[in-house]
Amino acid sequence: MLPLIRKAVIEEKNWMTEEEITDCFSIAQSLPGVLAVNVAIYVGAKKKALIGSVAAVLGVTLPAFVSILAVLLFLGRIEDNLYVLGAFEGVKAASAALILFAAWKMGQQILKGKLEYFIAAVSFIAVVFAGISAIWVIVFGGLAGLAASRWQHRKGGAE
Amino acid sequence: MTPFANLFLIFFRIGLFSFGGGYAMLPLIFQSIQEFGIMTAAEFSRLVALSQVTPGPIAVNAATYVGYNYAGVTGAAAATVGVTLPSFLLVLAVLQFIRKFEESKAMTAVMKGIRPAAVGLIAAAVIMLAETSILDGPVFSVRLITDAAEYINLLPCAIFLGTIILAGKFKADPILLTVVAGVIGALVIR
Repeated sequence: MLPLIRKAVIEEKNWMTEEEITDCFSIAQSLPGVLAVNVAIYVGAKKKALIGSVAAVLGVTLPAFVSILAVLLFLGRIEDNLYVLGAFEGVKAASAALILFAAWKMGQQILKGKLEYFIAAVSFIAVVFAGISAIWVIVFGGLAGLAASRWQHRKGGAE
Repeated sequence: MTPFANLFLIFFRIGLFSFGGGYAMLPLIFQSIQEFGIMTAAEFSRLVALSQVTPGPIAVNAATYVGYNYAGVTGAAAATVGVTLPSFLLVLAVLQFIRKFEESKAMTAVMKGIRPAAVGLIAAAVIMLAETSILDGPVFSVRLITDAAEYINLLPCAIFLGTIILAGKFKADPILLTVVAGVIGALVIR
């Protein structure tokens, strides 16, 4: 979605410079929430303050909202259609595969050292085997990152 | 608590604690709907499948789906507002003191730890989905060995492996793969 946003904001609308949009993406990525929504709020606020952000968020969420509602209203009537149920089974299996592939690709980019592997493994085990809330996993990741940087800093200072 | 307030708070919490993109949000969405008894695991995997074939961010798709099933169109709106509101508050707050945020070493360090945690969460999402699609129960179960023929759903499993190979080795388009899987499912699995 980011390349599409970049193109719309820079090339089509001339709202921001290349540098500004890069700042916007990096901030949107380090805040929680839906990435596209964060970017929309940022761009909207820069252009037209609060009204701008509200308009941009409506724009980026409405298609998702309306399409799901449309499918659910439609599905209500064809719920026990065997073709639809079969299609769901197929898409579910493909989704599991595509998400696994996404984890793999993201892992290749992010898991660069022992610490990263450790955090990812603990997170996975905590959720899958211990049923620990994903909220604690995020808190743990953040604290581990902070602790690691403190430790590196101290080690660097001692040398 | 009214269903609307309930949905709003559940999805506000999801919006506030999700990092690393839509897939990384899935475990928290799954845990939340189980905790509040809003939806079954089977329904959850259907919601993920539907999000794959509809436009827009997964979290918004999920909020709409869960909200509608629990409390109709107003419920869908309450959940969607809930999941986007934390973004509003945080992005607007950061814009007020943007310099400090960008220069913050602590923030960079925290994100360095959160990113690998998100990778672990995405992998966990795969396990949650597998339990209601390619298998008939938990992934880590002895039945996978003792009762494999009954436990593994053969055709979904074949689609799963085929998708992995086509996406990984042949770089096939994910949307095309999803559509093809749906067509195969409609024609063969039913």
